[in-house]
Amino acid sequence: MKTSAVSMNEKIRVQGLDLYYGENQALYEIDLSVPEGSITAFIGPSGCGKSTLLRTLNRMNDLIPSVKITGSVLVDGENIYGAETDVVHLRKNVGMVFQRPNPFPMSIYDNIAYGPRIHGIRRKKDLDVIVERSLKQAALWDEAKDRLNKSALGLSGGQQQRLCIARLLAVEPKVLLMDEPTSALDPISTLKVEELTQELKEKYTIIIVTHNMQQAARISDTTAFFLNGVMVEHGETDKLFTNPSDKRTEDYITGRFG
Amino acid sequence: MKTKLTDKLATGFFWLIGFLILGILSWFLWYILSAGVPHLTLDFIFGKPEEVKAGGGVGPMLFNSFYILALSLLFSLPFGIGAGIWLAEYAKKNWFTDLVRLSTEMLASVPSIVFGLFGSLLFVTWMGLGFTILGGALTLALLNLPVLVRVTEETLRAVPDSYREASLALGSTKWQMIRKVLIPTSLPGLVTGITLVAGRALGESAILIFTAGVSVSRFAPDFNLFASGETLSVHLWYIRSEALVPDAMSIAEGTAALLIIVVLILNLLIALPSRYLQRKAAGKSS
Repeated sequence: MKTSAVSMNEKIRVQGLDLYYGENQALYEIDLSVPEGSITAFIGPSGCGKSTLLRTLNRMNDLIPSVKITGSVLVDGENIYGAETDVVHLRKNVGMVFQRPNPFPMSIYDNIAYGPRIHGIRRKKDLDVIVERSLKQAALWDEAKDRLNKSALGLSGGQQQRLCIARLLAVEPKVLLMDEPTSALDPISTLKVEELTQELKEKYTIIIVTHNMQQAARISDTTAFFLNGVMVEHGETDKLFTNPSDKRTEDYITGRFG
Repeated sequence: MKTKLTDKLATGFFWLIGFLILGILSWFLWYILSAGVPHLTLDFIFGKPEEVKAGGGVGPMLFNSFYILALSLLFSLPFGIGAGIWLAEYAKKNWFTDLVRLSTEMLASVPSIVFGLFGSLLFVTWMGLGFTILGGALTLALLNLPVLVRVTEETLRAVPDSYREASLALGSTKWQMIRKVLIPTSLPGLVTGITLVAGRALGESAILIFTAGVSVSRFAPDFNLFASGETLSVHLWYIRSEALVPDAMSIAEGTAALLIIVVLILNLLIALPSRYLQRKAAGKSS
Protein backbone atom coordinates (compact mmCIF):
# COMPACT_ATOMS: atom_id res chain seq x y z
CA MET A 1 0.00 0.00 0.00
CA LYS A 2 2.76 2.41 0.85
CA THR A 3 4.90 4.02 -1.78
CA SER A 4 8.49 4.38 -0.78
CA ALA A 5 9.28 6.88 -3.48
CA VAL A 6 7.74 10.23 -2.68
CA SER A 7 6.93 12.67 -5.45
CA MET A 8 9.18 15.64 -5.26
CA ASN A 9 6.71 18.48 -5.65
CA GLU A 10 6.77 20.42 -2.43
CA LYS A 11 3.29 21.28 -1.15
CA ILE A 12 4.03 22.84 2.20
CA ARG A 13 7.20 24.36 3.60
CA VAL A 14 7.54 25.54 7.17
CA GLN A 15 10.50 27.82 7.80
CA GLY A 16 11.90 28.89 11.15
CA LEU A 17 8.52 28.78 12.84
CA ASP A 18 8.27 29.85 16.48
CA LEU A 19 4.92 29.86 18.24
CA TYR A 20 4.02 31.34 21.61
CA TYR A 21 0.92 31.01 23.78
CA GLY A 22 1.24 34.33 25.59
CA GLU A 23 4.64 34.07 27.29
CA ASN A 24 5.07 30.32 26.78
CA GLN A 25 6.90 29.17 23.71
CA ALA A 26 5.24 26.05 22.29
CA LEU A 27 7.16 25.53 19.06
CA TYR A 28 10.87 26.18 18.43
CA GLU A 29 12.43 26.83 15.01
CA ILE A 30 10.38 24.32 13.06
CA ASP A 31 11.63 23.58 9.53
CA LEU A 32 9.60 21.09 7.59
CA SER A 33 8.93 20.20 3.99
CA VAL A 34 5.87 18.20 2.96
CA PRO A 35 5.76 16.71 -0.55
CA GLU A 36 2.58 16.68 -2.58
CA GLY A 37 0.48 13.52 -2.70
CA SER A 38 2.01 11.93 0.38
CA ILE A 39 0.98 11.14 3.92
CA THR A 40 3.04 12.72 6.65
CA ALA A 41 2.55 11.65 10.26
CA PHE A 42 3.33 13.82 13.29
CA ILE A 43 4.11 11.75 16.36
CA GLY A 44 5.29 12.56 19.84
CA PRO A 45 4.10 12.58 23.45
CA SER A 46 1.17 14.74 24.63
CA GLY A 47 1.98 18.44 24.74
CA CYS A 48 4.90 18.14 22.31
CA GLY A 49 3.38 20.67 19.92
CA LYS A 50 2.34 18.36 17.08
CA SER A 51 -1.33 19.46 17.10
CA THR A 52 -0.28 23.07 17.52
CA LEU A 53 1.92 22.84 14.45
CA LEU A 54 -0.89 21.18 12.48
CA ARG A 55 -3.19 24.06 13.37
CA THR A 56 -0.71 26.66 12.14
CA LEU A 57 -0.96 25.12 8.65
CA ASN A 58 -4.49 26.42 8.06
CA ARG A 59 -4.35 29.18 10.66
CA MET A 60 -6.84 27.62 13.05
CA ASN A 61 -4.64 29.05 15.80
CA ASP A 62 -5.98 32.47 14.81
CA LEU A 63 -9.02 31.64 16.96
CA ILE A 64 -6.89 31.75 20.10
CA PRO A 65 -6.20 35.42 20.87
CA SER A 66 -2.93 34.97 22.79
CA VAL A 67 -1.11 33.06 20.04
CA LYS A 68 1.91 34.74 18.45
CA ILE A 69 3.72 33.27 15.47
CA THR A 70 7.02 34.15 13.80
CA GLY A 71 8.60 32.50 10.79
CA SER A 72 6.73 31.44 7.71
CA VAL A 73 4.52 28.70 6.33
CA LEU A 74 4.45 28.37 2.55
CA VAL A 75 1.59 26.56 0.86
CA ASP A 76 2.24 26.21 -2.87
CA GLY A 77 5.04 28.72 -2.43
CA GLU A 78 2.91 31.44 -0.84
CA ASN A 79 3.38 32.54 2.74
CA ILE A 80 0.03 32.03 4.48
CA TYR A 81 1.06 34.45 7.22
CA GLY A 82 1.64 37.21 4.68
CA ALA A 83 -0.34 40.43 4.72
CA GLU A 84 -2.43 39.51 1.69
CA THR A 85 -3.47 36.03 2.74
CA ASP A 86 -7.18 35.31 2.39
CA VAL A 87 -7.74 33.02 5.37
CA VAL A 88 -11.11 31.85 4.08
CA HIS A 89 -9.54 30.83 0.79
CA LEU A 90 -6.63 29.17 2.61
CA ARG A 91 -8.95 27.05 4.75
CA LYS A 92 -10.91 25.98 1.70
CA ASN A 93 -7.65 24.61 0.28
CA VAL A 94 -6.23 23.29 3.51
CA GLY A 95 -9.07 21.57 5.35
CA MET A 96 -9.10 19.91 8.74
CA VAL A 97 -10.56 16.82 10.39
CA PHE A 98 -10.70 17.06 14.16
CA GLN A 99 -10.02 14.71 17.02
CA ARG A 100 -13.67 14.36 17.98
CA PRO A 101 -16.15 13.94 15.15
CA ASN A 102 -18.00 17.24 14.93
CA PRO A 103 -20.91 16.93 12.51
CA PHE A 104 -23.36 19.82 12.57
CA PRO A 105 -26.76 19.08 14.13
CA MET A 106 -28.31 18.87 10.67
CA SER A 107 -29.18 16.13 8.23
CA ILE A 108 -26.40 14.07 6.63
CA TYR A 109 -27.16 15.77 3.32
CA ASP A 110 -26.98 19.28 4.78
CA ASN A 111 -23.70 18.48 6.52
CA ILE A 112 -22.06 17.52 3.24
CA ALA A 113 -23.72 20.34 1.30
CA TYR A 114 -22.69 22.93 3.90
CA GLY A 115 -19.27 23.62 2.38
CA PRO A 116 -20.37 23.75 -1.28
CA ARG A 117 -23.30 25.98 -0.31
CA ILE A 118 -21.15 28.55 1.49
CA HIS A 119 -18.89 28.58 -1.55
CA GLY A 120 -21.80 29.48 -3.75
CA ILE A 121 -23.21 26.24 -5.18
CA ARG A 122 -26.99 26.49 -5.02
CA ARG A 123 -28.45 24.12 -7.61
CA LYS A 124 -29.96 21.02 -6.05
CA LYS A 125 -28.72 18.86 -8.93
CA ASP A 126 -25.10 19.96 -8.46
CA LEU A 127 -25.33 19.48 -4.70
CA ASP A 128 -26.79 15.99 -5.14
CA VAL A 129 -23.80 15.03 -7.26
CA ILE A 130 -21.31 16.45 -4.74
CA VAL A 131 -23.02 14.76 -1.79
CA GLU A 132 -23.01 11.37 -3.46
CA ARG A 133 -19.41 11.69 -4.68
CA SER A 134 -18.12 12.87 -1.29
CA LEU A 135 -19.90 10.13 0.64
CA LYS A 136 -18.55 7.52 -1.80
CA GLN A 137 -15.02 8.90 -1.44
CA ALA A 138 -15.36 8.64 2.33
CA ALA A 139 -16.73 5.08 2.05
CA LEU A 140 -19.96 6.08 3.74
CA TRP A 141 -22.36 6.06 0.80
CA ASP A 142 -23.71 2.54 1.31
CA GLU A 143 -24.44 3.18 4.97
CA ALA A 144 -25.87 6.66 4.47
CA LYS A 145 -27.68 6.68 1.15
CA ASP A 146 -31.05 5.66 2.60
CA ARG A 147 -30.94 8.18 5.42
CA LEU A 148 -29.55 11.32 3.83
CA ASN A 149 -32.31 13.44 5.35
CA LYS A 150 -31.88 12.04 8.85
CA SER A 151 -29.80 13.84 11.44
CA ALA A 152 -26.06 13.24 11.29
CA LEU A 153 -26.04 12.95 15.08
CA GLY A 154 -27.80 9.59 14.75
CA LEU A 155 -24.70 8.04 13.13
CA SER A 156 -22.13 6.06 15.13
CA GLY A 157 -18.86 7.73 16.12
CA GLY A 158 -16.92 6.09 13.30
CA GLN A 159 -19.58 6.98 10.76
CA GLN A 160 -19.61 10.55 12.07
CA GLN A 161 -15.87 10.85 11.56
CA ARG A 162 -16.14 9.57 7.98
CA LEU A 163 -19.01 12.02 7.51
CA CYS A 164 -16.68 14.82 8.63
CA ILE A 165 -14.11 13.62 6.11
CA ALA A 166 -16.79 13.53 3.41
CA ARG A 167 -17.91 17.02 4.41
CA LEU A 168 -14.35 18.21 3.97
CA LEU A 169 -13.87 16.44 0.61
CA ALA A 170 -17.02 18.18 -0.65
CA VAL A 171 -15.17 21.51 -0.73
CA GLU A 172 -12.34 19.86 -2.71
CA PRO A 173 -9.35 20.93 -0.62
CA LYS A 174 -5.78 20.21 -1.70
CA VAL A 175 -4.46 19.36 1.74
CA LEU A 176 -6.16 17.37 4.50
CA LEU A 177 -5.01 18.03 8.04
CA MET A 178 -6.10 15.29 10.43
CA ASP A 179 -5.78 15.91 14.15
CA GLU A 180 -5.82 12.48 15.79
CA PRO A 181 -8.84 11.51 13.69
CA THR A 182 -9.18 8.01 15.13
CA SER A 183 -8.43 8.58 18.80
CA ALA A 184 -12.14 8.60 19.68
CA LEU A 185 -13.00 5.62 17.46
CA ASP A 186 -13.18 1.85 17.95
CA PRO A 187 -10.64 -0.41 16.17
CA ILE A 188 -12.89 -1.28 13.23
CA SER A 189 -13.78 2.34 12.54
CA THR A 190 -10.11 3.22 12.92
CA LEU A 191 -9.22 0.65 10.28
CA LYS A 192 -11.79 2.13 7.91
CA VAL A 193 -10.43 5.63 8.35
CA GLU A 194 -6.88 4.34 7.83
CA GLU A 195 -7.88 2.57 4.61
CA LEU A 196 -9.56 5.76 3.53
CA THR A 197 -6.35 7.76 3.93
CA GLN A 198 -4.60 5.34 1.58
CA GLU A 199 -7.19 5.92 -1.11
CA LEU A 200 -7.23 9.67 -0.60
CA LYS A 201 -3.50 10.23 -0.91
CA GLU A 202 -3.75 9.72 -4.67
CA LYS A 203 -5.44 13.10 -4.87
CA TYR A 204 -4.62 14.86 -1.64
CA THR A 205 -1.68 15.76 0.51
CA ILE A 206 -2.40 14.44 3.99
CA ILE A 207 -0.84 15.36 7.31
CA ILE A 208 -2.01 13.29 10.24
CA VAL A 209 -1.30 13.81 13.93
CA THR A 210 -1.43 10.57 15.84
CA HIS A 211 -0.72 9.18 19.27
CA ASN A 212 -0.57 5.74 17.83
CA MET A 213 2.86 4.81 16.51
CA GLN A 214 1.59 1.67 14.80
CA GLN A 215 -0.86 3.86 12.93
CA ALA A 216 1.90 6.19 11.79
CA ALA A 217 3.96 3.20 10.68
CA ARG A 218 1.01 1.64 8.83
CA ILE A 219 -0.19 4.59 6.83
CA SER A 220 2.41 7.31 6.43
CA ASP A 221 5.19 7.89 3.91
CA THR A 222 7.19 10.20 6.12
CA THR A 223 7.06 10.74 9.85
CA ALA A 224 8.11 13.68 11.99
CA PHE A 225 8.86 13.17 15.68
CA PHE A 226 8.28 16.05 18.07
CA LEU A 227 9.43 16.55 21.63
CA ASN A 228 8.86 19.60 23.84
CA GLY A 229 8.10 21.88 20.91
CA VAL A 230 11.09 20.81 18.85
CA MET A 231 10.98 18.70 15.71
CA VAL A 232 13.60 16.10 16.56
CA GLU A 233 13.60 14.12 13.35
CA HIS A 234 11.72 13.95 10.07
CA GLY A 235 12.30 11.23 7.50
CA GLU A 236 10.88 8.31 5.63
CA THR A 237 8.63 6.34 7.91
CA ASP A 238 10.34 2.99 7.36
CA LYS A 239 13.71 4.42 8.23
CA LEU A 240 12.51 6.44 11.21
CA PHE A 241 10.91 3.41 12.82
CA THR A 242 13.71 0.92 12.05
CA ASN A 243 16.80 3.03 12.15
CA PRO A 244 16.20 6.44 13.74
CA SER A 245 19.11 8.83 13.62
CA ASP A 246 18.37 10.54 16.94
CA LYS A 247 18.66 8.87 20.32
CA ARG A 248 15.47 10.58 21.57
CA THR A 249 13.45 9.20 18.65
CA GLU A 250 14.75 5.74 19.38
CA ASP A 251 13.83 6.06 23.05
CA TYR A 252 10.32 7.14 22.16
CA ILE A 253 9.55 4.51 19.52
CA THR A 254 10.96 1.72 21.65
CA GLY A 255 8.62 2.82 24.42
CA ARG A 256 11.13 4.18 26.89
CA PHE A 257 8.87 7.19 27.53
CA GLY A 258 5.75 8.84 26.15
CA MET B 1 -28.09 2.25 57.51
CA LYS B 2 -28.18 5.93 58.27
CA THR B 3 -27.23 7.06 54.76
CA LYS B 4 -29.94 4.85 53.28
CA LEU B 5 -32.53 6.41 55.55
CA THR B 6 -31.33 9.91 54.68
CA ASP B 7 -31.53 9.03 51.00
CA LYS B 8 -35.11 7.82 51.41
CA LEU B 9 -36.03 10.96 53.32
CA ALA B 10 -34.47 13.17 50.63
CA THR B 11 -36.29 11.27 47.88
CA GLY B 12 -39.59 11.65 49.71
CA PHE B 13 -38.92 15.31 50.39
CA PHE B 14 -38.29 16.19 46.74
CA TRP B 15 -41.30 14.20 45.54
CA LEU B 16 -43.38 16.10 48.08
CA ILE B 17 -42.07 19.43 46.81
CA GLY B 18 -42.80 18.41 43.23
CA PHE B 19 -46.39 17.55 44.07
CA LEU B 20 -46.77 20.66 46.21
CA ILE B 21 -45.77 22.93 43.32
CA LEU B 22 -48.03 21.05 40.94
CA GLY B 23 -50.87 21.28 43.47
CA ILE B 24 -50.50 25.03 43.99
CA LEU B 25 -50.37 25.62 40.24
CA SER B 26 -53.42 23.48 39.51
CA TRP B 27 -55.37 25.08 42.33
CA PHE B 28 -54.44 28.52 41.04
CA LEU B 29 -55.36 27.68 37.45
CA TRP B 30 -58.60 26.06 38.55
CA TYR B 31 -59.49 29.09 40.68
CA ILE B 32 -58.92 31.61 37.87
CA LEU B 33 -60.34 29.53 35.05
CA SER B 34 -63.44 28.25 36.85
CA ALA B 35 -64.36 31.82 37.81
CA GLY B 36 -63.50 33.34 34.44
CA VAL B 37 -64.27 30.83 31.71
CA PRO B 38 -68.11 31.08 32.13
CA HIS B 39 -67.83 34.79 31.21
CA LEU B 40 -65.90 34.05 28.01
CA THR B 41 -68.61 34.51 25.40
CA LEU B 42 -67.81 35.69 21.89
CA ASP B 43 -69.44 39.02 22.76
CA PHE B 44 -67.11 39.42 25.72
CA ILE B 45 -63.92 38.37 23.92
CA PHE B 46 -64.48 40.43 20.79
CA GLY B 47 -66.97 43.09 21.96
CA LYS B 48 -66.29 46.71 22.85
CA PRO B 49 -65.97 47.84 26.45
CA GLU B 50 -68.63 49.86 28.28
CA GLU B 51 -67.85 52.78 30.56
CA VAL B 52 -70.95 52.87 32.78
CA LYS B 53 -73.32 50.04 32.00
CA ALA B 54 -72.84 46.31 32.29
CA GLY B 55 -72.07 43.89 29.46
CA GLY B 56 -68.87 45.42 28.07
CA GLY B 57 -66.30 43.30 26.21
CA VAL B 58 -62.51 43.31 25.93
CA GLY B 59 -62.05 42.99 22.14
CA PRO B 60 -59.91 46.13 21.66
CA MET B 61 -57.76 45.24 24.68
CA LEU B 62 -57.13 41.77 23.30
CA PHE B 63 -56.10 43.32 20.00
CA ASN B 64 -53.92 45.95 21.71
CA SER B 65 -52.17 43.28 23.78
CA PHE B 66 -50.98 41.52 20.66
CA TYR B 67 -50.36 44.69 18.68
CA ILE B 68 -48.12 46.14 21.39
CA LEU B 69 -46.43 42.76 21.91
CA ALA B 70 -45.66 42.46 18.19
CA LEU B 71 -44.37 46.03 17.98
CA SER B 72 -42.18 45.68 21.05
CA LEU B 73 -40.68 42.47 19.67
CA LEU B 74 -40.13 44.19 16.33
CA PHE B 75 -38.14 46.90 18.10
CA SER B 76 -36.29 44.73 20.63
CA LEU B 77 -35.43 41.55 18.70
CA PRO B 78 -32.96 43.04 16.17
CA PHE B 79 -31.14 45.06 18.83
CA GLY B 80 -31.28 42.44 21.56
CA ILE B 81 -30.15 39.55 19.39
CA GLY B 82 -27.63 41.76 17.59
CA ALA B 83 -26.05 42.88 20.84
CA GLY B 84 -26.03 39.29 22.12
CA ILE B 85 -24.23 38.10 18.99
CA TRP B 86 -21.71 40.91 19.32
CA LEU B 87 -21.02 40.06 22.98
CA ALA B 88 -20.68 36.34 22.31
CA GLU B 89 -18.82 36.29 19.00
CA TYR B 90 -17.18 39.62 18.24
CA ALA B 91 -16.41 41.53 21.45
CA LYS B 92 -12.82 41.34 22.64
CA LYS B 93 -12.23 40.45 26.24
CA ASN B 94 -11.52 43.87 27.73
CA TRP B 95 -12.90 46.44 30.15
CA PHE B 96 -15.29 47.91 27.59
CA THR B 97 -16.97 44.55 26.95
CA ASP B 98 -17.19 43.92 30.67
CA LEU B 99 -18.79 47.33 31.11
CA VAL B 100 -21.38 46.61 28.43
CA ARG B 101 -22.15 43.24 30.01
CA LEU B 102 -22.41 44.72 33.49
CA SER B 103 -24.73 47.47 32.26
CA THR B 104 -26.94 44.89 30.58
CA GLU B 105 -27.16 42.87 33.77
CA MET B 106 -28.06 45.95 35.77
CA LEU B 107 -30.70 47.01 33.26
CA ALA B 108 -32.20 43.51 33.42
CA SER B 109 -32.82 43.91 37.14
CA VAL B 110 -34.37 47.38 37.06
CA PRO B 111 -38.04 47.18 38.21
CA SER B 112 -40.46 47.59 35.34
CA ILE B 113 -42.20 50.57 36.94
CA VAL B 114 -38.95 52.53 36.69
CA PHE B 115 -38.93 51.84 32.95
CA GLY B 116 -42.56 52.96 32.96
CA LEU B 117 -41.67 56.30 34.53
CA PHE B 118 -38.78 56.72 32.11
CA GLY B 119 -41.05 56.01 29.14
CA SER B 120 -43.64 58.37 30.54
CA LEU B 121 -41.09 61.19 30.83
CA LEU B 122 -39.53 60.52 27.44
CA PHE B 123 -42.46 59.72 25.17
CA VAL B 124 -45.52 61.12 26.94
CA THR B 125 -44.12 64.34 28.37
CA TRP B 126 -40.86 65.31 26.65
CA MET B 127 -41.81 64.24 23.14
CA GLY B 128 -45.37 65.29 23.82
CA LEU B 129 -46.94 62.20 22.29
CA GLY B 130 -49.36 61.58 25.14
CA PHE B 131 -50.47 58.00 25.81
CA THR B 132 -49.69 56.03 22.66
CA ILE B 133 -49.32 52.46 21.49
CA LEU B 134 -45.95 53.45 20.03
CA GLY B 135 -44.66 54.83 23.35
CA GLY B 136 -45.86 51.73 25.18
CA ALA B 137 -44.29 49.35 22.69
CA LEU B 138 -40.96 51.22 22.71
CA THR B 139 -40.81 51.26 26.51
CA LEU B 140 -41.66 47.55 26.62
CA ALA B 141 -38.90 46.97 24.10
CA LEU B 142 -36.48 48.72 26.48
CA LEU B 143 -37.60 46.47 29.32
CA ASN B 144 -37.05 43.34 27.26
CA LEU B 145 -33.84 44.38 25.55
CA PRO B 146 -31.40 43.39 28.33
CA VAL B 147 -33.11 40.01 28.79
CA LEU B 148 -32.81 39.31 25.07
CA VAL B 149 -29.15 40.33 25.06
CA ARG B 150 -28.39 37.99 27.96
CA VAL B 151 -30.33 35.06 26.54
CA THR B 152 -28.73 35.42 23.11
CA GLU B 153 -25.24 35.63 24.52
CA GLU B 154 -25.75 32.67 26.85
CA THR B 155 -27.24 30.40 24.19
CA LEU B 156 -24.51 31.24 21.67
CA ARG B 157 -21.85 30.54 24.29
CA ALA B 158 -23.44 27.16 24.92
CA VAL B 159 -22.80 26.12 21.31
CA PRO B 160 -19.68 23.91 21.35
CA ASP B 161 -16.54 25.44 19.83
CA SER B 162 -16.18 22.31 17.70
CA TYR B 163 -19.04 23.61 15.51
CA ARG B 164 -17.24 26.92 15.04
CA GLU B 165 -14.02 25.12 14.14
CA ALA B 166 -15.82 22.78 11.76
CA SER B 167 -17.40 25.66 9.89
CA LEU B 168 -14.25 27.81 9.71
CA ALA B 169 -12.12 24.82 8.65
CA LEU B 170 -14.41 24.41 5.64
CA GLY B 171 -13.56 27.94 4.57
CA SER B 172 -16.65 29.74 5.84
CA THR B 173 -16.57 33.38 6.82
CA LYS B 174 -17.42 34.30 10.38
CA TRP B 175 -20.83 35.60 9.35
CA GLN B 176 -21.63 32.40 7.44
CA MET B 177 -20.67 30.45 10.55
CA ILE B 178 -22.97 32.57 12.73
CA ARG B 179 -25.90 32.56 10.32
CA LYS B 180 -25.82 28.95 9.17
CA VAL B 181 -24.50 27.07 12.18
CA LEU B 182 -24.62 29.06 15.41
CA ILE B 183 -28.07 30.62 15.08
CA PRO B 184 -29.83 27.44 13.89
CA THR B 185 -28.10 25.46 16.64
CA SER B 186 -29.04 27.91 19.36
CA LEU B 187 -32.56 28.43 18.05
CA PRO B 188 -34.27 26.42 20.83
CA GLY B 189 -32.57 28.60 23.45
CA LEU B 190 -33.40 31.77 21.57
CA VAL B 191 -37.01 30.68 21.24
CA THR B 192 -37.22 30.01 24.97
CA GLY B 193 -35.88 33.51 25.56
CA ILE B 194 -38.35 35.06 23.16
CA THR B 195 -41.23 33.14 24.77
CA LEU B 196 -40.13 34.40 28.16
CA VAL B 197 -39.97 37.96 26.92
CA ALA B 198 -43.28 37.70 25.07
CA GLY B 199 -45.03 36.31 28.15
CA ARG B 200 -43.61 39.10 30.24
CA ALA B 201 -44.74 41.69 27.68
CA LEU B 202 -48.28 40.28 27.62
CA GLY B 203 -48.47 40.38 31.39
CA GLU B 204 -46.80 43.75 31.87
CA SER B 205 -49.01 46.47 33.32
CA ALA B 206 -46.95 49.06 35.20
CA ILE B 207 -45.09 50.25 32.11
CA LEU B 208 -48.19 50.45 29.96
CA ILE B 209 -50.30 52.32 32.50
CA PHE B 210 -47.72 55.11 32.27
CA THR B 211 -47.12 55.01 28.53
CA ALA B 212 -49.99 53.46 26.58
CA GLY B 213 -52.77 54.62 28.86
CA VAL B 214 -55.96 53.08 30.19
CA SER B 215 -58.34 53.88 27.36
CA VAL B 216 -58.91 52.37 23.94
CA SER B 217 -59.62 53.86 20.56
CA ARG B 218 -63.23 54.16 19.37
CA PHE B 219 -62.20 52.14 16.35
CA ALA B 220 -61.33 48.51 16.75
CA PRO B 221 -58.96 47.21 15.64
CA ASP B 222 -57.05 50.48 15.41
CA PHE B 223 -53.56 50.19 13.92
CA ASN B 224 -52.81 53.87 14.57
CA LEU B 225 -49.50 53.98 16.42
CA PHE B 226 -50.44 57.24 18.10
CA ALA B 227 -53.76 56.07 19.54
CA SER B 228 -53.79 55.16 23.18
CA GLY B 229 -53.94 51.45 23.68
CA GLU B 230 -55.03 49.71 26.86
CA THR B 231 -54.04 46.05 27.02
CA LEU B 232 -55.70 43.12 28.78
CA SER B 233 -53.36 43.29 31.78
CA VAL B 234 -53.85 47.02 32.19
CA HIS B 235 -57.60 46.56 31.78
CA LEU B 236 -57.54 44.04 34.62
CA TRP B 237 -55.91 46.59 36.88
CA TYR B 238 -58.19 49.40 35.68
CA ILE B 239 -61.43 47.49 36.05
CA ARG B 240 -60.63 46.45 39.62
CA SER B 241 -59.48 49.88 40.76
CA GLU B 242 -61.15 52.68 38.84
CA ALA B 243 -63.98 51.38 36.64
CA LEU B 244 -67.59 52.44 37.16
CA VAL B 245 -69.32 49.51 35.49
CA PRO B 246 -71.52 47.40 37.79
CA ASP B 247 -70.20 44.08 36.46
CA ALA B 248 -66.54 44.94 37.13
CA MET B 249 -65.97 41.74 39.12
CA SER B 250 -67.13 39.40 36.37
CA ILE B 251 -65.25 41.38 33.71
CA ALA B 252 -62.10 41.07 35.82
CA GLU B 253 -62.62 37.33 36.22
CA GLY B 254 -63.18 36.92 32.50
CA THR B 255 -60.16 39.07 31.63
CA ALA B 256 -57.89 37.14 33.98
CA ALA B 257 -58.96 33.81 32.49
CA LEU B 258 -58.59 35.12 28.94
CA LEU B 259 -55.11 36.46 29.72
CA ILE B 260 -53.95 33.10 31.06
CA ILE B 261 -55.40 31.22 28.10
CA VAL B 262 -53.81 33.64 25.64
CA VAL B 263 -50.37 33.30 27.26
CA LEU B 264 -50.68 29.49 27.26
CA ILE B 265 -51.63 29.45 23.59
CA LEU B 266 -48.79 31.81 22.71
CA ASN B 267 -46.26 29.62 24.55
CA LEU B 268 -47.50 26.50 22.81
CA LEU B 269 -47.46 28.20 19.42
CA ILE B 270 -43.84 29.17 19.88
CA ALA B 271 -42.60 26.12 21.77
CA LEU B 272 -44.05 23.29 19.70
CA PRO B 273 -42.39 24.07 16.33
CA SER B 274 -39.14 24.78 18.15
CA ARG B 275 -39.24 21.43 19.94
CA TYR B 276 -40.00 19.71 16.65
CA LEU B 277 -36.97 21.33 14.98
CA GLN B 278 -34.77 20.43 17.94
CA ARG B 279 -35.80 16.77 17.87
CA LYS B 280 -35.26 16.66 14.16
CA ALA B 281 -31.71 18.03 14.47
CA ALA B 282 -30.95 15.57 17.26
CA GLY B 283 -32.08 12.70 15.05
CA LYS B 284 -34.88 11.53 17.33
CA SER B 285 -37.74 11.86 14.88
CA SER B 286 -37.90 11.13 11.21
